[in-house]
Amino acid sequence: MGRSTTYILGFAVAICLACSIVVAGSAVMLKERQEANKVLDRQKKVLDVAGLLGEEELSKQEINALFKENIVAKAVTLDSGEYNADIDVSTYDQLKASKDPAMSEKAPQNDAKVQRLPNNALVYHVVKNGQIELIILPIEGKGLWSTLYGFLALEKDTTTIRGITFYQHAETPGLGGEVDNPRWKALWPGRKAYNDKWEPAITVIKGQAPPPAEAPHKVDGLSGATITARGVGNLVQFWLGEEGFGPYLAKFRAQGS
Amino acid sequence: MASNKEVFVDPLFNDNPIALQVLGICSALAVTTKLETSLVMSAAVIAVMTLSNLFVSLLRNKIPPSIRIIVQLTIIASLVIVTDQVLKAFLFETSKQLSVFVGLIITNCIVMGRAEAFAMQNPPLPSVIDGIGNGIGYAIVLIFVGFFRELLGSGKLFGIEILPLITEGGWYTPNGLLVLAPGAFFLIGFFIWGLRTWKPEQVEETN
Repeated sequence: MGRSTTYILGFAVAICLACSIVVAGSAVMLKERQEANKVLDRQKKVLDVAGLLGEEELSKQEINALFKENIVAKAVTLDSGEYNADIDVSTYDQLKASKDPAMSEKAPQNDAKVQRLPNNALVYHVVKNGQIELIILPIEGKGLWSTLYGFLALEKDTTTIRGITFYQHAETPGLGGEVDNPRWKALWPGRKAYNDKWEPAITVIKGQAPPPAEAPHKVDGLSGATITARGVGNLVQFWLGEEGFGPYLAKFRAQGS
Repeated sequence: MASNKEVFVDPLFNDNPIALQVLGICSALAVTTKLETSLVMSAAVIAVMTLSNLFVSLLRNKIPPSIRIIVQLTIIASLVIVTDQVLKAFLFETSKQLSVFVGLIITNCIVMGRAEAFAMQNPPLPSVIDGIGNGIGYAIVLIFVGFFRELLGSGKLFGIEILPLITEGGWYTPNGLLVLAPGAFFLIGFFIWGLRTWKPEQVEETN
């Protein structure tokens, strides 16, 4: 069943056109919903690490309202630790910025295996009656298989940890994936991120750590997931350090805001 | 010519794409740590396979034989991208867990296998039935594997605790092997063993 070359070419072009219209159409039509999902997911995680999310499922509107009521987003220039008012926090995408050479730089060698550092990062403040209660910092770094992305919540003394959560990772379910286990996350609050000299001190150890009062800088490891647990310790230290939010938190302590 | 009923029923157990033809193993290992992701993946594959069979069958007399594989792949790839977009818009949490594996439906040999082997030779209705049948055949194995992996690997079903874990004060020590990919190999092996005990005609001749 021979066909002319013209027919074959024409058919190929027609198929490609039809398929591209379908693909482009679906991408454009669903884009708004997908973006909304992403924003909502981020808001949920921020609320979660701030301890503002209860047990019951909230609707989209409720999450939105809760976020607006309690959380203020701020852009921070990492090098100087100053707030950057020029950045529109509602549209700034830190992850995208870290990939853009104009908005980021190569990170120095580090244990968290962070490749690029954005010039500006988005932090969140939990504000109650005009007072900043918590500082929520975005954190990321390598585990065993994947890069973990999450948030760390600190009290306004900038050292007492209030919570940690990861919103994206691909660690082994049941082993490294236990970073999502609420029982493990519950081991973090109350521990201290920095030592007396304001050096990042929090580490994830092997085995069990005593309660926060006795071992303020130690968190239990995850059994069967040594590398993921070590990665979490490294990445938290990295973001608390000089290259990360160190300068910002020092300024925050000095100025109280 | 097989009847529509045979076209539908055959791939469920007699000619199961995973258990007998041993196709699509990769995704069967990757997404079955939880029952929920197994179900969503199954639904995605059923949808893609049904629609790709439909479109390929509608065009079967128009597709030039020399580029038929490329045309099939173009159709399948487009359908997969649309499916991925729909999941991201409506089932965001699950789509995050399925991550790249929805995109990899494109390379699932079952989908193209059916387009090439069935839809290219048959009218739209039987082709659609064949797509649904093979999709369900795939789904049966995925759900079987997902059920046991989540139950024995994490003591849960659909994220709800069934066997109280020893780490949380219960009695069940979870089987770590089952949450890793090799666990799925064992389960698929058991599935094939069971199936061939039930239907001995599937056992290959050994010399």
